[in-house]
Amino acid sequence: MLDETLTVYDRKSWLSLLATARAGRAKALLDPLEIPVDFTWLRRPEIGSVMIRGRAGGTGAPFNLGEATVTRCSLKLAGDTVGHGYVQGRAKADAQTAALIDALMQTPAAETLTPRLPDVLRSEQKERRHKRASKAAATKVDFFTMAPGEG
Amino acid sequence: MYVTVKGGERAIENAHAWLGEERRGDPQIAAVSPAQIREQLSLAVHRVMAEGSLYDSDLAALAIKQARGDLIEAIFLIRAYRTTLPRLGPSVPVDTARMHCERRISATFREVPGGQVLGPTFDYTHWLVDFQLAADGEAPPAPTADPVPEATPHVTGFLNREGLIEEAPPSDAAPPDLTREPLEFPALRLQALTRSDEGFSLGMAYSTQRGHARTHAFVGELRIGAVTVEMEIPELGFAIEIAEITLTESETVNQFQGSKTKPAQFTRGYALVFGQSERKSISMALVDRALRWEELGEDNLGAPAQNAEFVLSHADSIQATGFLEHIKLPHYVDFQSELELLRKLRRAAGAAPRQEAAE
Repeated sequence: MLDETLTVYDRKSWLSLLATARAGRAKALLDPLEIPVDFTWLRRPEIGSVMIRGRAGGTGAPFNLGEATVTRCSLKLAGDTVGHGYVQGRAKADAQTAALIDALMQTPAAETLTPRLPDVLRSEQKERRHKRASKAAATKVDFFTMAPGEG
Repeated sequence: MYVTVKGGERAIENAHAWLGEERRGDPQIAAVSPAQIREQLSLAVHRVMAEGSLYDSDLAALAIKQARGDLIEAIFLIRAYRTTLPRLGPSVPVDTARMHCERRISATFREVPGGQVLGPTFDYTHWLVDFQLAADGEAPPAPTADPVPEATPHVTGFLNREGLIEEAPPSDAAPPDLTREPLEFPALRLQALTRSDEGFSLGMAYSTQRGHARTHAFVGELRIGAVTVEMEIPELGFAIEIAEITLTESETVNQFQGSKTKPAQFTRGYALVFGQSERKSISMALVDRALRWEELGEDNLGAPAQNAEFVLSHADSIQATGFLEHIKLPHYVDFQSELELLRKLRRAAGAAPRQEAAE
């Protein structure tokens, strides 16, 4: 287990966790904290796409692979802190929650938020990955050489 | 040419109403939800995302439902939706070496660092219809094992070390975009192939195996798993992980005799496709390799799979189906003129005039 009290997140880390969190998850974690928020929109949620690039041969020249849907928005808290929300998929409510959390994480509220939000999202992401990695590990082939005439 | 024809509005409306009813099927049977399609017909969803060229599994599942399971129709819906989206920007090129591999096999090296991981594969099943699936939908939990934290380097990387295989030197040049520029060869080869029709790619790839363009491929590596996608956010000035997507990557190792300028070494075919799309991915790698004959100084054997114009111009299911299906739309004027011409020719040739068909 990680010592969660010591975790300090940079903005890139929490924004990344928010972008790929499951639908509605960040809001479900934020709402019970009952942090009063008052904000104005800088950019209302909009759905767009990001062109995902790969590299030829995995390491070579970039090429356009295809797009993915993304929702973004920006807002400003009453105290002028700006928050940006970027999430995968078509999810305006999730983008709004992400932008709110992004802004709040830059205020003293970060202390309350850290163990209840980025920490939780990160451990859920780890668990999700671990679950699939464990199933993959069970399908790893153990080669053994048979003596001639066996099998 | 087709001209607008008035009338038929009511017929069209009623046809669409019937389409809706047929889509629903027997109302005594529970309706299927897009979430069920997303979870339980996931490979169809992956195909629609790959060929629709838009990674959004909920949207692809909905499109499959709307299209009554016609995947090309669903892909068409996705392509049309895609054009309505503002482009927020390009991603940082994904790093497939850091993929969370769920399947990773090599047909060329048995003892490969990171191991051979079968993943949720159809391989080694017996291709017998499983009647139990009709009886109940429950699956027992899959066995697990402790994952060993180790790197899974690309197989071609080991061959590179010995200089036995051509390298893919890194570059940061911005690639051209098929959705915004006319199809150019060969710059748009990989983008055109990754969204190409699976059946077409498979047929082309198969033709190379049967001897039309002898590229003799081995699957050096096939890997499937989740990859994080980073994107630079202009207002922040740094990149964040904007998405997590499943990709299938294939690298083939192909024979190469060497040329006047190059010592003999293996060459490679490359594929990267949205979703768990194994057949498509291997096909793409074979076609990619066959198309590179000129760059590698090989002979043009006149094989269809070596012809970039032929392959890349005909690989897109939406372009193909659009042009194919338009010939069923009213062409009355065109046809009338052909009819007139034919009658004239026959009269000139002295054919006896007969009762003319109703016009």
